Amino acid sequence: MIIGVTGFQGDVEEHVKASRIAGERIGVDCRVIVVKDRSDLKDVDGLIIPGGESTVMGKLAVYRDVMSEIKERIESGLPVMGTCAGLILLAKRVYDRVVGETRQPLIGTLDITVERNTYGRQRESFESWIEVRRLSIDRFRAVFIRAPAIVEVGGDVEVLATLGTRPVAVLEGGTIGTSFHPELTSDTKFHELLLNIAKGRPEGCF
Amino acid sequence: MISLVRETLEQGTRRSTVSHVEVTVGTTLVKRGFAHMCKHGVVMDVTNVEQAQIAEDAGAVAVMVLDKLPYDVRKAGGVARTASLKVIEEVMDHVTIPVMAKCRIGHTYEARVLESVGVDMIDESEVLTPADEERHIWKWAFTTPFVCGARDLGEALRRIEEGASMIRTKGEPGTGNVAEAVRHVRILNNEIRRLVAIEEEGDEQELARVARELRVSFELARETARLRRLPVVNFAAGGIATPADAALMMSLGCDGIFVGSGIFKSSDPHQRASAIVIATTYWDRPEIVAEAQKMVDESKSMLGMDVKNLELRMQERGIL
Repeated sequence: MIIGVTGFQGDVEEHVKASRIAGERIGVDCRVIVVKDRSDLKDVDGLIIPGGESTVMGKLAVYRDVMSEIKERIESGLPVMGTCAGLILLAKRVYDRVVGETRQPLIGTLDITVERNTYGRQRESFESWIEVRRLSIDRFRAVFIRAPAIVEVGGDVEVLATLGTRPVAVLEGGTIGTSFHPELTSDTKFHELLLNIAKGRPEGCF
Repeated sequence: MISLVRETLEQGTRRSTVSHVEVTVGTTLVKRGFAHMCKHGVVMDVTNVEQAQIAEDAGAVAVMVLDKLPYDVRKAGGVARTASLKVIEEVMDHVTIPVMAKCRIGHTYEARVLESVGVDMIDESEVLTPADEERHIWKWAFTTPFVCGARDLGEALRRIEEGASMIRTKGEPGTGNVAEAVRHVRILNNEIRRLVAIEEEGDEQELARVARELRVSFELARETARLRRLPVVNFAAGGIATPADAALMMSLGCDGIFVGSGIFKSSDPHQRASAIVIATTYWDRPEIVAEAQKMVDESKSMLGMDVKNLELRMQERGIL
């Protein structure tokens, strides 16, 4: 199986490494490649959009016309995971807490509304232990870095984890989205979930 | 997955509450994590809101607010200090990307002021006039992450021991000449290679000797050897002026790029900023770097200076 990590900007290598380890842990033979062009997308069975700056990634994805291709592939069933900036790019509706409308290019396939910079600036960035019952995780070390918040979820979206009452990890079809960064810590359960979905065995991971 | 050392030193952490849940801010993971999010990106020096917006539109991953661009600092002489807080706050109100600012080396209170204004990262920078030639800021004590310049492995690891969450080459700021940045990253890479070789041979005594030579702890030297790289993100800075310069630095193993005077001292800042962003991402695809290079005109590049004839070598500031 081939997992692609979009390499426009952000913590690409961290996702590459986490995906490799996840593959070893669940016994899936998986090769991980960096996707920067349309042709790189051809053979991927699953895609990850990393953390970073969503405005930067969006611009670069449009520059080489990769964004539209990603959208088409997701619409025809490509499993995908977006973390932080990746979550923003996947969301159908996005605004910024400080400047309001952002007019940034989006993939826009995940039925949620995201507010950018909700938790404040870097000074307010935090980590916290969360429970992800759906993945049988009692304590997951979740790192939120200038994180976006999921303020609305559509009817078909399943909430995988919350911080207090606010959703911080969601699943809709083959799309996983998190406000935090599972790639920065050693628990690879979210990557394992993506690999399992790509492998066509979503039921096996719960 | 992120490297973590010396968590006992995490003096900048605070308990806080988000959505009625107890959380911790300012941990090493959170601070180094921010630097990881900037990877493969371009941080651009700006001196006002207009420039900050040009940078954001061009795809800057963050902006660095200064009173004067390094080239102008060099020309003006006198004492270079942190930028006006009013300008920093204006920039923070007008862009959605992270905002960084520089403070003087060893000037703990300029840094405290920048932290209280809420900048996302503080650059303890040799571009400004050092306030303390002997001691840098003790960066562990801050909630805000720091980036520091380095010319070699010893400098880089000493800054990391003081709590820096990100390293950048010093290069020679304000010159438009990439040669010194190249030299610094090559030195760093070679020194890491040497550490790796010693560690692989299992010669702990030699590793301890080299750690002493570098004036860093044995543990940090060993961690660096095992990781085969710096334990924090490492950017290129100091003299980058063109898309090809950015691609060159990425090809040498840098995680991202700082551009100081290169953009707003050129006469084509819009196109140049976009082109450098493209070249930084696509550094490994020469035909796309060429496309980016075509977006700029060499006659519009900043003139640049030969490093040999400089009266002020900023890179020699804060080397202890």
